[in-house]
Amino acid sequence: MSAATTMAPPAAAQNPDSRIGLRAHCRHIGALARRNLLQIKADPESMFDAVAMPIIFTLMFVYVFGGAVAGKGNQEVYVNYLVPGLMAMTGIQIAMAVGSGVHEDFKKGVMDRFRTMPIARSSVLVAKIIVEVGRMLVATAIQLGMGFALGLSIGTSWLHLLGAVALSLVFGASLMWIFILVGLTMKTAQAVQGVAMLVLMPLQFASSIFAPTSTMPGWLKAFADYNPLANLADASRALINGGAVAHSVWMTLGWAVAITVVTAPLAVAKFRKKT
Amino acid sequence: MASGIVVGMTRNDTPKRGGNAVEVRGLVKHFGATKALDGVDLDVREGTVLGVLGPNGAGKTTLVRCLSTLLRPDAGTARVAGYDVVAQPRQLRRVIGLTGQYASVDEKLSGRENLYMIGRLLDLSRKHAWRRADEMLERFSLTEAAKRPAAQYSGGMRRRLDLAASMIGSPSVLYLDEPTTGLDPRTRNEVWAEVQRMVAEGATVLLTTQYMEEAEQLADELTVVDRGRVVAGGLVHELKAKVGGRTLQIRPADRDAVRAMAGAIARSGPAGVSGATADEAEGLVNVPIVSDEQLTAVVGLLAREGFTVAGISTHLPSLDEVFLAITGQKTSTPVAGADGAEGAGGAGTDAREEVAV
Repeated sequence: MSAATTMAPPAAAQNPDSRIGLRAHCRHIGALARRNLLQIKADPESMFDAVAMPIIFTLMFVYVFGGAVAGKGNQEVYVNYLVPGLMAMTGIQIAMAVGSGVHEDFKKGVMDRFRTMPIARSSVLVAKIIVEVGRMLVATAIQLGMGFALGLSIGTSWLHLLGAVALSLVFGASLMWIFILVGLTMKTAQAVQGVAMLVLMPLQFASSIFAPTSTMPGWLKAFADYNPLANLADASRALINGGAVAHSVWMTLGWAVAITVVTAPLAVAKFRKKT
Repeated sequence: MASGIVVGMTRNDTPKRGGNAVEVRGLVKHFGATKALDGVDLDVREGTVLGVLGPNGAGKTTLVRCLSTLLRPDAGTARVAGYDVVAQPRQLRRVIGLTGQYASVDEKLSGRENLYMIGRLLDLSRKHAWRRADEMLERFSLTEAAKRPAAQYSGGMRRRLDLAASMIGSPSVLYLDEPTTGLDPRTRNEVWAEVQRMVAEGATVLLTTQYMEEAEQLADELTVVDRGRVVAGGLVHELKAKVGGRTLQIRPADRDAVRAMAGAIARSGPAGVSGATADEAEGLVNVPIVSDEQLTAVVGLLAREGFTVAGISTHLPSLDEVFLAITGQKTSTPVAGADGAEGAGGAGTDAREEVAV
């Protein structure tokens, strides 16, 4: 229906009631976000990943790799290295779930109802992203709590910490558009998961999240230096532990904007055309 | 069967006059090499029910999806309440309601929350949206189940919730895509009653169905579609009349008299009546008639010959027979070639069984 919207302007000008005002748009997104929250309330198990994953990942990496990376008994040093980077990864794991969520949603008749209602079709997706960012925030808070329990200390200020959290949420939200696009494109939920994993694995591990990139071979280090996840990990590490912030923060924001600008319109167009 | 005459007289003899709420001209929709719609023309007059009748794969659902902006037609035009489906989708969405074959509600949400959400999406205030939700729950007898998740609803309750959701915005045009497919007869009657009520309140309805009985019950006019084309159309009783005259059914008080009665009618052939047959299993005599004079003549003859009659009725041919006469195939026969009919043989057969029972 994208062609229909491009043809719409002259008609819309004659019929002012066809436009959806900003307030109405917010109301629609609010009603749809409420739906997503009620879904979580009806099915609390769906919060399992957001609650359990940060706990398990933090414990596992600190105690499995911590000694090896930072030296036996120096796990606390590794906590301060790992946790800021792990925030990036947690956000990504949550973002990934959006793809299969949207895919599942589409199989249900309720999408047909939404698409025959006088609302902007993007509002269904925007509402989903808002609620998922909320889930991401819960996961990040738990992760930081775990970090503090294991000896994380803030080398800068609480404000910097909040900055780090905000940055990972912004970046995570941009990634959601990619996964929504994948979720709308693939035919089966398994394929959605498969593609998501395929994209994420190299990004997660060829990065500075778990260990510094200095020991990597040259070609891999080059990749890791431009890997958006590594940029995000570096940025939140600098924001929490202290250090040069500007480069990695700008790189991360640049990635977030670029990803959103490219994939959001594609995802919305795909959503409109999907039958 | 028994409803044939009643429908013919009450519904169709009082057609409402007005403009067309739906106008479809030459609508075409392809899916790859398959022509789901192959130049469909139809009109639905304001405040009436048009039944779109056809077997699986005839293009009924594709038609509804085009008219509700879910699909973009490849050619032709369609206007609903004056709005063009392609050029003015947003305006159009304000005036339509859609209830599909599959309940389009969120199963994890309660019935009340579902209706509230729809109200908010239709720009009602919070207070108004709750009030409207409660009104609709009341009206569709769902108040008791209001706070349960829709996933726990029975099939009929879910369909009613779906109808309620479609009615929140008081749409002027309502599409019902096979609204009773898969429902048991009792629930089906409930849905029919609701549809009749909506129509009484002034809604225009485009109803697709495979059930003859449903079309007879609800529709003012019928459009018969087959393989993406309109093959016939008109008032329900007109369509029936096209196929042939009426059948006079006489039930003698004495079951054993059917043969003698049929013989007597056949022998004297009053007013040109011929072809009377005895149905000994049912204890009925069937007499094809083409005029009221013939009917009167047969009744007069029976009185003169001294038969006692326990029951007498006339029937128009069933829509099943209409379909057979128009398309040359039974409704339950899978459409050859293109359309990939699924589960063919289901609905048409069911309809016939219901008629027989």
